[in-house]
Amino acid sequence: MLKLSGLGGRLYSGETSFDFIGRRRRWYSISAVFILASIAALAIQGLHLGIEFKGGSSYTVNKSGISVEQARASVASVDIPGEIIVQKIGDSKIRIQTGALTSAQSKGVESALTQTFAVAIESIDTQIIGPSWGKEITKKALYGLIAFLIVIMLFLAMAFEPKMAIAAIVAVVHDVFITVGIYALVGFDVTPATVIGFLTILGYSLYDTVVVFDKVRENTKSVAVVGKMTYSQAANLAVNQTIVRSANTSLIALLPVGSILFVGAGLLGAGTLKDLSLALFIGLAVGTYSSIFIAPPFLASLREKEPAMQALAKRVASRGGVSLETVSSAATGRPAIRPSGNRGPRNQPKRKGRK
Amino acid sequence: MSTPNKTVKSPARSGRSLVILAVILLGLILTALVQGASSVRLGLDLRGGTSVTLQPRASNDANKITSEAVDQAVTIIRQRVNSLGVAESEVTAQGSGTNRQIVISVPGDSGRRVVDLVGQTAELRFRQVLAEGAGIPATADTSTAATPADGVAADINARFAALDCTNPANREGTGADSPADTIVSCSREGGAKYILGPAEVLGQQVSEASAGLDPAQGVAWFVSLTFDGDGTKAFGTLTNRVTTLASPLNQVAIVLDGLVVSAPRINEAIPSGNAQITGSFSQVEAQDLANVLKYGALPLAFDRGEVQQVSPTLGADQLNAGLLAGFLGLGLVVIYSLLYYRGLGLVTVGSLAIAGGLVYLLFLVLGATIGFTLTLAGIAGAIVAIGVTADSFIVFFERIRDEAREGRSLRSAVETGWLKARHTILVADAVSLIAAVLLYFFAVGGVRGFAFTLGLTTLVDLIVVFLFTKPIVTILAGVKFFASGHRFSGLSPKSIGMKQTQSLATLEA
Repeated sequence: MLKLSGLGGRLYSGETSFDFIGRRRRWYSISAVFILASIAALAIQGLHLGIEFKGGSSYTVNKSGISVEQARASVASVDIPGEIIVQKIGDSKIRIQTGALTSAQSKGVESALTQTFAVAIESIDTQIIGPSWGKEITKKALYGLIAFLIVIMLFLAMAFEPKMAIAAIVAVVHDVFITVGIYALVGFDVTPATVIGFLTILGYSLYDTVVVFDKVRENTKSVAVVGKMTYSQAANLAVNQTIVRSANTSLIALLPVGSILFVGAGLLGAGTLKDLSLALFIGLAVGTYSSIFIAPPFLASLREKEPAMQALAKRVASRGGVSLETVSSAATGRPAIRPSGNRGPRNQPKRKGRK
Repeated sequence: MSTPNKTVKSPARSGRSLVILAVILLGLILTALVQGASSVRLGLDLRGGTSVTLQPRASNDANKITSEAVDQAVTIIRQRVNSLGVAESEVTAQGSGTNRQIVISVPGDSGRRVVDLVGQTAELRFRQVLAEGAGIPATADTSTAATPADGVAADINARFAALDCTNPANREGTGADSPADTIVSCSREGGAKYILGPAEVLGQQVSEASAGLDPAQGVAWFVSLTFDGDGTKAFGTLTNRVTTLASPLNQVAIVLDGLVVSAPRINEAIPSGNAQITGSFSQVEAQDLANVLKYGALPLAFDRGEVQQVSPTLGADQLNAGLLAGFLGLGLVVIYSLLYYRGLGLVTVGSLAIAGGLVYLLFLVLGATIGFTLTLAGIAGAIVAIGVTADSFIVFFERIRDEAREGRSLRSAVETGWLKARHTILVADAVSLIAAVLLYFFAVGGVRGFAFTLGLTTLVDLIVVFLFTKPIVTILAGVKFFASGHRFSGLSPKSIGMKQTQSLATLEA
């Protein structure tokens, strides 16, 4: 822990620096590969939608010592259309999912199960979703997503700068693609709980981005006046300065989500808790990545196109600073002028005088 | 506190913030006590029960989906549900305008009955039987079983011949039959099919309905009906006319939602305005049918959007799992904060405790005032919020460390760090709030619980950060243990990555 905090200090001063902005092409390529893979997975495999979206019925029998085969045979004896999925959950639960059933068919399935397993009908947990209901849910989820993106973009544009809002939304869209891609690729069930976890994570991913952008804004406020750093260099310093914070907030957020996932998947087997926390877990990981590797570089790309920032970059370069393309991982921010390794006290007064 | 030069006042202001917080806490406790709210109201997924979501269906009749029709349906369904006598049953309409769903929730096992009870349109009609046959499609040799009646259109005869009552799809009551039409219909059990004349007595002409047991018939339950004035007259006319006709024309079918419940032969005219519906009813079925008929038919047909039945066992399992996940998550966050932030970690623990207390009290008070119920999704929202809340502290603490690295004294680092962290926390919490509000309005059913708790806990986070965490840190900054950068304080030069010699000089200055 102490080592980590020490690192925080070095990152803050710029003694240790990772080049997040300069190597943006690398991060963009990595993300592009992931996004293409996601689109391919979506196109080829598609999403594995839960019965909530496509309509269907689910019956959970809770009794120890029952087998999947028994349950399958029991339900198959009832004349119902469509595919029957039988799953074992935990030690003593079996869940049977069918297509959309009429209420008479549903009663048939319930009575077959009560006879086969000699359980009371009250102890069977059922969920029946009408076919048109799924469409309603899907529509609402889509509207929610679109409304969320628009409102957040407007809000961030007001709270920060319009270009920060664009970069933040690009990062969020990136998160959406990759998370959906992972779901398509692995074939996790998508339920309303998944969608909710997913929308929450968009908010969370933005939280991380907000923390980084707040520091970027602070660092770049007077960058053109001082003329020591280009916009990209100042932004890169901000990312380095906030990385410990980002790591901490992500870890702290991951701890409760991880416990829900552990309890939800391990003890309950399936359901709201597992679906929600799995989406949160995956989304958090992707969101943390994008708030460091995608959002700030994209913001820098946007800002560097401005004439004022280009002029600044020229000025910094002519002063003997390093131009953006040649900035290496060991030399960004102020140490770009003074290569790393100078850790002596000589550095200190300079730092004090800076603010 | 808007400018750093006001920081001198901070300790006094900190005291005031803490007093405000104490007042809020006390106020909530008193409200909870006054309301007698001693435990959080749990949702059906945590204590077992049945919830049904009904979606209005636009039927071919003139009954369009209007806001008034949905309101009326809610009232009728509420009466039907209340007739079950289960405490804390709820019937609400969600959504807006005509695009509304009706959500019915009934706790406990008895809720299972509610599924059939609420969705039923309960359109009762009395029609003369024109033809009767076995409930299977007519083939060449059985076609004689059903003799088409005179004056019935050929296409209806054809539909009657083809009708297969063994197919469950044909035994789904629709309630969409027009009273003026001649219709073909199956019996409820599927054993017989009928051609029926136009409806002559309607369900709305029934003034009273009750279930009864015929002692002579053993365990056969029936439903007795009493007609109003018009109904009595119409029923008298109908029964008077058919008694003299040949079978099957002397039968009157009692049609409920498009299916024939029974089709008794009428032996004599019934002018008294009373009738009995017999069928193979159990006691529960007879009582439910009587209730449904008493409160009238729904003005709309409904599709069952979602039916969820959770047994109390599963409910208890889910509650325990949710609580376990909560304590586990909280414990991990506490351990991590103490390891990483040492002394400051205690501030995190204290803040989380205050936040937890506030959330619990709000659950109590909101449960008693606006009927807030805690669902599994809601618990998940609250657990996720632990992370969000702890994040605000981290943003604040890291800012303080940043400022200390710039060479400020702890006291001034706290104040300037706060000013900068405040903006970040406000923006980030605003994003969370926007997400929660949008989720609440776009989501349906249980998922709304998640959005509600997420929004609530974000607000609590703001209260705690402003009224507890910040004032406490300000006060602690004056305590020697923290101000001197003790190695367990979380603010030691070493742990924030400053050089020992330089930092001692600045921190102790």
